[in-house]
Amino acid sequence: MPKITFIQPDGSSQVVEATVGQTVMEAAKLADVPGIEAECGGACACATCHVYVDEKWREKTGSPAEMEEDMLDFAFDVREESRLSCQIKVTDDLDGLVLKVPEKQF
Amino acid sequence: MDTPVAQTDGAVIETDVVIIGAGPVGLFAVFELGLLDIKAHLVDILDKPGGQCAELYPEKPIYDVPGLPVVTGQELTDRLLEQIKPFDPKFHFNERIDELEKQPDGRFLLKTDIGTTFLTKVVVVAAGGGSFTPKRPPLDGIEAYEAKSVYYSVRRMEDFRGKDILIVGGGDSALDWTLSLQPLANSLTLLHRRDDFRAAPHSVEKMRELVADKKMRLIIGQMAGLDGADGALEGVTVKTKEGEERLPINTVLPFFGLTMKLGPIADWGLNLEENLIPVDTEKFETSEKGIFAIGDINVYPGKLKLILSGFHEGALMAQQAHRYIYPDKKLLFQYTTSSSNLQKKLGVK
Repeated sequence: MPKITFIQPDGSSQVVEATVGQTVMEAAKLADVPGIEAECGGACACATCHVYVDEKWREKTGSPAEMEEDMLDFAFDVREESRLSCQIKVTDDLDGLVLKVPEKQF
Repeated sequence: MDTPVAQTDGAVIETDVVIIGAGPVGLFAVFELGLLDIKAHLVDILDKPGGQCAELYPEKPIYDVPGLPVVTGQELTDRLLEQIKPFDPKFHFNERIDELEKQPDGRFLLKTDIGTTFLTKVVVVAAGGGSFTPKRPPLDGIEAYEAKSVYYSVRRMEDFRGKDILIVGGGDSALDWTLSLQPLANSLTLLHRRDDFRAAPHSVEKMRELVADKKMRLIIGQMAGLDGADGALEGVTVKTKEGEERLPINTVLPFFGLTMKLGPIADWGLNLEENLIPVDTEKFETSEKGIFAIGDINVYPGKLKLILSGFHEGALMAQQAHRYIYPDKKLLFQYTTSSSNLQKKLGVK
């Protein structure tokens, strides 16, 4: 099972075991990771599962598709490394993925 | 599909049922109530029926509505509207029920934010995740500026004349208001996080022309802070690739879409559990007799936030509503397939 590390704004971190085929948002919700709200339940319709992808992992997670890019307009403090975690599918390649949870979701 | 909007002339509207929320569950409740000869008014903060289905995911396929292997949020809304048409529901859009007061005769007096008043025997809260409200940028102290310098909608354009306006966002609301307010404003700046806009291409083109003519400014960046005193904004700090810049701005219009908030329902004296309304699983009635809660807004052991659960809840709610509205009538359970009485109500016989 791929492991994903979520780092909170205060520096604390949590390692979550994810299942291949899940979305990163789903893995985070199941493990009650604070700050991942996912108000819309994964429909790419709310931007409240916003995360920052660690620089080393950006190539593997890829860049946002157009719909996700549009939805990121509704997130706060969007950066180059911003993604919506409901749009990242867990694969074996992502074992060890490190994500930062933003200080605030909208 | 055209939805008839109720006309109000300021008088109190007397009715059997007011349904708060015109999402799929509120719409189907009209059907279940209608079969029992109960008429309903629906109130929704949005400008259209369908709730989240229409606002959040009109184009997205839903796969778990029984009998419809795949249906989009908008299609489901349209089909429900067609299904309830025989019962002639009255819609009140762009309104939110703000006040609820129990009357000595057991009925409820409801008042919306723009003053529409209902006197009803039964209230059905089908408000889903709560009422849609504009997203507030999570900037420190922003609340103090709201309604004085920070606005989430434009009620009267004239109020913006001569202002130094910052509009934030990249969708149609942001672009439309940019084009409408630019001629009135002393200065207008559009701030968006990327040089790519979701808005209609012709509005984007017009905006770019205004920028080229130096009639307004476009900044690619994000808000970082507000400064001012007593609700009067004096400046906005924006973060761009080049660094931070403070703009002399006295009016901000942020357009970051909508989020759902429980809102005034919290003040009606109902028992609440984490912003949800606990109900029984026989009648889906709240702690207050005559007030029901169905769909995503309610909670009970085993609750699933599914549209189909909300449909079931509406059917059972209607049975109890019938007892309140027609206390002397015995309720005979009938099927739409075989009852000529029900078929007549549906207009198929």
